[in-house]
Amino acid sequence: MQSSTLDESKVALNYHQAIETAHHGHPDHRMFGVFLFLISDSMTFLGFFAAFLIYRSIMPAWPPEGTPELELLVPIINTAILVSSSFVMHKGQAALKKDDVSGLQFWFGLTALMGIAFLLGQGYEYFHAEFGLTTNLFTSCFFAVTGFHGLHVTVGVLLILSVLWRSRQEGKYSSTSHFGVEAAEIYWHFVDVIWLVLFVLVYLIN
Amino acid sequence: MTTSTEPKTNPIQDGHSSEHRERKWQDYFTFSTDHKVIGIQYLVTAFFFYFVGGALAEVMRTELATPDPDFVQPEFYNQLMTMHGTIMLFLWIIPAGAAFANYLIPLMIGAEDMAFPRLNAVAFWMIPPGGILLLSSFFNGAPQAGWTSYPPLSIVSGKSGEEIWILSILLLGTSSILGAMNFVTTIFKMRIPDMDIHSMPLFCWSMLATSALILLGTPVLAAALILLSFDLIAGTSFFNPAGGGDPIVYQHMFWFYSHPAVYIMILPFFGVISEVLPVHARKPIFGYRAIAYSSLAISFLGLIVWAHHMFTSGTPGWLRMFFMATTMIIAVPTGIKVFSWCATLWGGKLNLNSALLFGIGFLSSFLIGGLSGVMLAAVPFDIHVHDTYFIVGHFHYVLFGGSVFGLFAGVYHWFPKMSGKMVNETLGRLHFILTFIGFNLTFLPMHQLGLQGMNRRIALYDPQFQTINMICTIGSYILAVSTFPFIINIVWSVFKGKKAPRNPWSALTLEWQTASPPIIENFEEEPVLWAGPYEYGIDTESIDGNESVEEMLAEVGAES
Repeated sequence: MQSSTLDESKVALNYHQAIETAHHGHPDHRMFGVFLFLISDSMTFLGFFAAFLIYRSIMPAWPPEGTPELELLVPIINTAILVSSSFVMHKGQAALKKDDVSGLQFWFGLTALMGIAFLLGQGYEYFHAEFGLTTNLFTSCFFAVTGFHGLHVTVGVLLILSVLWRSRQEGKYSSTSHFGVEAAEIYWHFVDVIWLVLFVLVYLIN
Repeated sequence: MTTSTEPKTNPIQDGHSSEHRERKWQDYFTFSTDHKVIGIQYLVTAFFFYFVGGALAEVMRTELATPDPDFVQPEFYNQLMTMHGTIMLFLWIIPAGAAFANYLIPLMIGAEDMAFPRLNAVAFWMIPPGGILLLSSFFNGAPQAGWTSYPPLSIVSGKSGEEIWILSILLLGTSSILGAMNFVTTIFKMRIPDMDIHSMPLFCWSMLATSALILLGTPVLAAALILLSFDLIAGTSFFNPAGGGDPIVYQHMFWFYSHPAVYIMILPFFGVISEVLPVHARKPIFGYRAIAYSSLAISFLGLIVWAHHMFTSGTPGWLRMFFMATTMIIAVPTGIKVFSWCATLWGGKLNLNSALLFGIGFLSSFLIGGLSGVMLAAVPFDIHVHDTYFIVGHFHYVLFGGSVFGLFAGVYHWFPKMSGKMVNETLGRLHFILTFIGFNLTFLPMHQLGLQGMNRRIALYDPQFQTINMICTIGSYILAVSTFPFIINIVWSVFKGKKAPRNPWSALTLEWQTASPPIIENFEEEPVLWAGPYEYGIDTESIDGNESVEEMLAEVGAES
């Protein structure tokens, strides 16, 4: 009997603690939400890539005859920029973990510049391409897929800039409170990984 | 559960309930972040579009009463058909499922609100603009290519209407994705500590399965629609064979979403039925885990059956075989559910009120829709009846007989909770009888029409089909009439209905442990899980040897 009363008071104690946490420390599930969103977003790219691969497999020639060769130099430089920017960005987050906000600002600022450089490179590529959106099915796919990815890079740059803007506020980000920083970084890595798949599909396996 | 008497001595309560504001009616027209307000907003908006879509259907049935296009022009008929399908799927059934999910999930798992309340409000407020945008296309030539919008037809049949359709679907799809993120996070992360995943109500399981499909499927539809948009506006030819594209690729991308979408539309109501039947039959649900996991199985299988919509699209034989097999396998988890529900009813003390009548109506009509689905999975049969009224009959048995009956069962079941008032049972039963007769009269003869070879989606037909078409049209009028007792009942009950106690059905799930309607932030104190969600009728003797279930239920109900 005694042991059962003990258990009861234990359960009651747990119950009170559970209520405390539920009412005061409202748990933060935003990171979980970001992951769900990225899973969903990756399905959009999967849709585009699947369409691309189906075209590639059913068309008699891919790219169709008469498609000008894709220039590889700019996209290779772009790939290098984007991949290394992921590491640069991670240094920013590592700095914040040590409560070094100016370190965060430096590395994130650098990442934003690299993102902008990537977009400029893509713009250069678009304007110097010897084909247009409607030249043929391959070029349409090229612009649709790289354009949709470029849109994601743009959003990523805006996210980083907004983190920088908010980091001017004292105590906005710290080693214990950094959801915005982490979310921007996860998103940036995601965009980076998508680019690698895209680069292989569109530029390399023709 | 030893904690059952705990909350009464709990000091947490004081000073907390006084913080709660009163709910004002104006809140329902604002950007409210309360999941209950959002749930009602979803439900009322969905019902508005149900009546719009229903009116379009009545115009179509009136046109089809005679073989000649004498009531509306064939072009207008195409617009009606496209808009009817789009509205009923994207603005009625899917938002209505989200309505129940928003209202019920936090209450059922004992949470104060959804995981992301503001995101939730954003998701809802994308629906009215999406719907108004879609309806606005009537002023400028509505889309005519059907809700499937197959190219090349959709590229050549009126640019502006089609583009409005695409934008509207992109908006509604985004809303649906944001909602699904919220549902999954809330179900996984916000349950009260006592509730493990196997003691959560089956409705939450079905919403997990639904949300997974929304998250994985909808983006692919978005990709297809973006490419279709390019074809329409920028002159590319992704899907236009004239420019070297391939319309089959669109069909694959479209059905990769739109077949799972069928499950997105039915799974929430599988969940509703799993809640309604045990309560009103006073029996534990038969096969809790079987029903829970069969939802996940349906969700997984639903992702690999899409090409059964394309048996006549030049799909190669081996691929047809694969999709025929996977489609037929879906009958297994679905059958598990249907048998479990029947076993739940078997030997129960049935309380044949409006909610249970619609629940039983759901079972019988969904069974017919499910069985004709297995017929259609067979390639030779499918090729024979492809694009005939057999298909129309089949999917209305699933979508109306399944989803809509389940939806009404849910409305009658949770109306006392949502409004704090009881419904009028006589009007509710009249609603059920008229709906059931009208529904069967409208859609059962369509199977015969299809077998005889009447094509769907056209305004004029061979005079030999007129008699059966007339029966369908009369049935559709009965369906139209059936909504009047419902509307009268709801409006009358909201204003003049008898006040509902906390727990009018003596139900065990947590939403019945708070006031009707629930207070802001749901519970005065964190609710206590002292029984599984469906433990009806098994513990009439006692729990812990001192208090009977009836006594405990009376206690929970008595405080209202």
